[in-house]
Amino acid sequence: MFEYLKQSWPTLWPTLGAIGVILAFVPVLGLYMTFIERKLAAYVQDRLGPNRVGPFGILQAIADAIKLFLKEQIIPDHVYTFLYFIAPTFSLMTAMFALVVMPFGPVPTEYTEGFRYIVAPGIDIGIMMMIAISSLSAYGIILGGWASNNKYSLYGAIRSCAQFISYEIPLGLSIIGIIAASGSLNIEQIVSSQGGAIWNWNIFWQPLALIVFFTSALAETNRLPFDLAECEQELVGGFHTEYGGIKFVLFFLAEYTHVVTVSFLTALLFFGGWHFPGLTGPVDASLGGMLLRTFVLVFKVTMVVGFIMLLRWSLPRFRFDQLMGLAWKGLIPLALLNFLCVAIVLTYDLPKHYLALTALFLVAGSMVSARQLQHTINRPRSEGRPATNVNLTESAI
Amino acid sequence: MTTKKSKTVKWGEEPKIGWWEAMYLPAIAGGLATAIKHAFSGRTTTRQYPDVEPEIPPNYRGVHRLNRDEEGRVKCVACYMCQTACPANCIEIIAAPAPKDDPHWKDRDKFPQTFTIDELRCIYCGMCEEACPVDAIELTSVYDLTGYTRKELIFDKEKLLSVFDETSTGGKDPVRTNRGALGPASVEASTASQGPPPPGRGSHG
Repeated sequence: MFEYLKQSWPTLWPTLGAIGVILAFVPVLGLYMTFIERKLAAYVQDRLGPNRVGPFGILQAIADAIKLFLKEQIIPDHVYTFLYFIAPTFSLMTAMFALVVMPFGPVPTEYTEGFRYIVAPGIDIGIMMMIAISSLSAYGIILGGWASNNKYSLYGAIRSCAQFISYEIPLGLSIIGIIAASGSLNIEQIVSSQGGAIWNWNIFWQPLALIVFFTSALAETNRLPFDLAECEQELVGGFHTEYGGIKFVLFFLAEYTHVVTVSFLTALLFFGGWHFPGLTGPVDASLGGMLLRTFVLVFKVTMVVGFIMLLRWSLPRFRFDQLMGLAWKGLIPLALLNFLCVAIVLTYDLPKHYLALTALFLVAGSMVSARQLQHTINRPRSEGRPATNVNLTESAI
Repeated sequence: MTTKKSKTVKWGEEPKIGWWEAMYLPAIAGGLATAIKHAFSGRTTTRQYPDVEPEIPPNYRGVHRLNRDEEGRVKCVACYMCQTACPANCIEIIAAPAPKDDPHWKDRDKFPQTFTIDELRCIYCGMCEEACPVDAIELTSVYDLTGYTRKELIFDKEKLLSVFDETSTGGKDPVRTNRGALGPASVEASTASQGPPPPGRGSHG
């Protein structure tokens, strides 16, 4: 055993190191994202946000963590105890597991000795695995909702079920174009295919894919405008109504880990990963280059995270049927169209930047759907328009 | 169901949705623009209350005070006008004849032996200072009235006079202070022949 460990140590320690980095950073990152989100929310709403604990309120996250960890562990007596405990751990586990194939810094396409910014480098099904595992996170929510043995929690779980079924498809379809163009499922390969000029970033020639991907990924993270599983106003917190203290923290960390994952994926797949104008060559081993590239990647991820947080304060929540309609009638056809165009361009060796025109599909699609929507909404009541709101005067009489 | 009710119910039609509005994408962009604009405007409406005291307007009606005259005596002449005017019945005065042999008090007939205001009962309407003929009782801009028991928020004469001492030196006099003729008790009897001054209202109020 010891001999084996000694033998495999050169390949083992970089992996353990990367796991350590992820395990150390993700919870702290999750905690601090709550702080950043509260601050950002405050600024959007012209408030100040938390500013009591430490300078600029910077220790608020730590205070929150201490509070949540020291809370009494309440187990409601109507829950299915085993599932009740499994659900949050499962949620966080799947969220963290998806990070295995995610580069959090520059990773060369050729395997090298020493520390790498990824737990498992060179996995040839990287992006597939990531999507497969992150879709498992639905189980955590469904289990939580079911185990809570509570009407509202179950509603949340059911909604989340339907939401995942709807959004997995456009999520997968939207990145097929990228996979086809870069010729690999390996995330490092996909990133390195975006090297060179800034015009090689996938966003500039697959904007439609970006929009479909980002929308579905938002739904995957269960955040506004797609947080139907939780929605405080209708479901009193949804699947995590019955959870408190550390079990709630796990759910909550899982959600923020998902946000991190999605932001990383967006940055890696569409915004050129660690490439930046002037920093486009193959990844070298020099420390400065590595740090600079890590900084570039983290900067891009931060931008995406900030954008997700801003979206939360600018969009209202979708209604359940609107959400399914958007996925099935909007995003899936768009994703298929995008894939079709990519296939045509690749088959006939056309310049790939023709694909930027696919963004017009989005505009055209929204125009057509607007026409339809207008027709439905503006139909007078006498022509059988479904009543959207209860007439209070009538019910009072 | 509809035949009878449709006569009584007035149906309102919702506004029709326009094409641009139904496209949603411009609305999303607009919403984001609003959020970003606010996030980076750097303008906050939060009041840092315990750290930064708010600006209280000088005509604020806060805790009462009993004014002193130039000689440091209580200005009140124990006429019971405020107690009568008070809609919340929170003022209680017991009058006593002024000590006649004391030269300090020779221009006074009565003075309040006790003057008690239940600050919890008061509704801060300002009727007492309207009623006061000598401008002895006034509402100040002191707003942070707190206490541990109900009993300590029943202010007696000394407490009310100390509120005057605090607020008159701090430059936070109410705007109503000294705004007109003060009436017969604080001015020498010369005004009495010219008829009574307008009650409770100054000449340039």
